[in-house]
Amino acid sequence: MTRGTAIDLCYLVAAITFILALKGLSSPKRARAGTFVAMAGMFLAIFVTFFQPGLHHQLWIYIAMAIGVVIGLPAARLVKMTAMPQLVAIFNGVGGGAAALVSITTFIGSNPKQEATYKVLEVLIGVFIGTVSFSGSAIAFIKLQELITGRPITYPGQQIVNALLALAAIALIVAVLVTASTTLLWILLAVSFVIGIGVVLPIGGADVPVLISLLNSLTGLAVAASGFTLGNNVLIVAGTLVGASG
Amino acid sequence: MGNVLLQYLTVFILSVFVGIEVISRVPSVLHTPLMSGSNAIHGVILVGAILVMGHATTNLEQVLGFFAVILATLNVVGGFAVTDRMLEMFKTKPEDKKKKVIDETDEVIS
Repeated sequence: MTRGTAIDLCYLVAAITFILALKGLSSPKRARAGTFVAMAGMFLAIFVTFFQPGLHHQLWIYIAMAIGVVIGLPAARLVKMTAMPQLVAIFNGVGGGAAALVSITTFIGSNPKQEATYKVLEVLIGVFIGTVSFSGSAIAFIKLQELITGRPITYPGQQIVNALLALAAIALIVAVLVTASTTLLWILLAVSFVIGIGVVLPIGGADVPVLISLLNSLTGLAVAASGFTLGNNVLIVAGTLVGASG
Repeated sequence: MGNVLLQYLTVFILSVFVGIEVISRVPSVLHTPLMSGSNAIHGVILVGAILVMGHATTNLEQVLGFFAVILATLNVVGGFAVTDRMLEMFKTKPEDKKKKVIDETDEVIS
């Protein structure tokens, strides 16, 4: 058995633990056990990733992970129970942001002109959905934290502006597909960011949890798109599971 | 190479069905932990972030990858910690109720 096969098998195990964890959530008793199983699976998936051939900058990866843990753990542990929805929103947002960054980096790292069209398309979808989820979650967080009013914010012609932005995003995706231009990709990133804000602003009050659920599944889809790009099955399975569960 | 795409597409479609099937059984009380749990699960993007960072060749890629790893780690760690805290709440709730009942019966007896 080669090293690659062993790693892929570990990814398979991780994917199974995620399914079991979601299944465990169907009863309060098994829910916690399921979470622990998923944690173990996640640990396994991350651990074996370090054995992937040709992995450089390991020190920097460790540093980045340490920063993430140092910020994330206290935040999750110390925040008041009533502030939980905001926290879920923001953790979801950073996941979307990470997916978008992964997609962008793959785009810059490869030679998009030589790649097959579908591969570039996957990257663009990852960037688009990931960024919308990121900025959308950020706004949801700000609303829940009551930094701005929780009520819907509307202005005349809002629907039209949002529709135009969406059209612009689609046009940009097509343009990048044709020209493989990195500049256009950055513009797409900016437009996606604005769309995320624009879509979330008019939603208020009791609808926000539903919104977070939707953003959550968007992030899942962004992760799945990254999985397609990187050719990594565990990303596809996990992302799609979440995407379907929203 | 079209075959590889088809392979991933197969996994994708089947995962959609598994996702829907598994989720439809979750009772509505557990919907919040479910959201948080699935939130933690898509933190698996960390694997992608590590791969991208590890294969970075230019400075820009390295910087982007670095931030991707930070964000993804936040997602994983935060997601699981929050889910665990939520479920902890579910665990203590029935005990509290029992206590209350006992207290009340004590009052009745005294």
